[in-house]
Amino acid sequence: MNSNHKKLITNPLGKNNPITVQVLGICSCLAVTAQLKPAVVMALSVTVVVALSNLIISLMRRSIPPRIRIIVQLVVVSALVILVNQVLMAFVYDVSKQLSVYVGLIITNCIVMGRLEAFAMSNRPWPAFLDGIGNGLGYGIILVILGFVRELFGRGTLWGYPVFEKLGLYNIGYENNGFIIMAPMALILVGVIIWIQRTRNKDLCE
Amino acid sequence: MRQFSNKYMLLYALGLAAVVALLLTAVATGLKSRQQANVRNEQMQQLLATIGVKAERDGVESVYRQYFTDELDVATEGEAPLKLYLYEKDGSRGYVIPTVGNGLWGKVYANVALADDFNTIVGITFSHDSETPGLGAEITSEAFCSQFIGKKILDDAGRVVSVAVMKHADAANPHQVDAISGGTMTSNGVSAMLADELQRYQEYINAQRKEADNEQ
Repeated sequence: MNSNHKKLITNPLGKNNPITVQVLGICSCLAVTAQLKPAVVMALSVTVVVALSNLIISLMRRSIPPRIRIIVQLVVVSALVILVNQVLMAFVYDVSKQLSVYVGLIITNCIVMGRLEAFAMSNRPWPAFLDGIGNGLGYGIILVILGFVRELFGRGTLWGYPVFEKLGLYNIGYENNGFIIMAPMALILVGVIIWIQRTRNKDLCE
Repeated sequence: MRQFSNKYMLLYALGLAAVVALLLTAVATGLKSRQQANVRNEQMQQLLATIGVKAERDGVESVYRQYFTDELDVATEGEAPLKLYLYEKDGSRGYVIPTVGNGLWGKVYANVALADDFNTIVGITFSHDSETPGLGAEITSEAFCSQFIGKKILDDAGRVVSVAVMKHADAANPHQVDAISGGTMTSNGVSAMLADELQRYQEYINAQRKEADNEQ
């Protein structure tokens, strides 16, 4: 793995983050980050799907007629997601129950199509695969941050464990902020992350 | 860039569709029996959880047979028969009524365990197809379900009034429980489901209660 390949993984984590810089995948990041656990599950599934679909599309890229490329990409992504879901349903039923609502969200996630269009269609399979992993993780890191903050301050728990109750915060008058669980708060938090990121990295300012 | 003829494009699309269709069909058919077994096992686990019995997925069947004595199909006029599960636990008998309704994004389900007076809720479990995690999906949480225990579905005259899921519920009122903040649409769906589905058992409940009265 040379330095170019490493960049494919590290860039999406920071200065080319799919959520905070490219502003893709916002819908699903609102929907699944009310708690930490679904956020992590979603992050992992998107990473798997982006990486594999990038790999497959990259392998097919020379044979795909440009005029029908979008629908070809869509078919590959959907087939992949359904396939994974079927296997999960048969072998790890609990995980598939958790994923049920995300499956549709993964297919329509702009990051998947965005990476196929922008990268996999014009690059070799190995870099395309790494690009998928990188972007999935870049998406995931934001999801995990949102899930962490929203679950901790919205419910006082983390991964279901009652942190604030154990710390005894409720006894001294602390109350959970229900507003943080609502979807708008996820948007505001994403805004705050973008703000912090751009203050630290002037290159990103338009 | 390479030029592609229309014929190539058409064949490519057809070929891709055929390959994907075959692949998905093969996988779905091949895994069907495993998936159905999973669903059935989970249903039994849910029913057991409703009456407060925890069971591992492996071997759930034998535990199920231990507690659930019968499954009834109550005939109704012009409608699909009503399902009813009979259980016996620690010497007391009761009934579990399965219900299904609409949440915000998809179907929601509940199993309502009643004591043998057909009135007091002794346990309830919820499941759903696609409610929002962290919000509507919280209907499956222990905190939400435990509110229902001890609530009544009948009023003093023996009419089914169900239990309403609502804002600012009065904990002392036997027909009210608190809704989920951020999950109002799902909560409303659950409320409507319980009211509609339990209503359908009215005649059967009347008949059973009358019979019980006569015996006394």
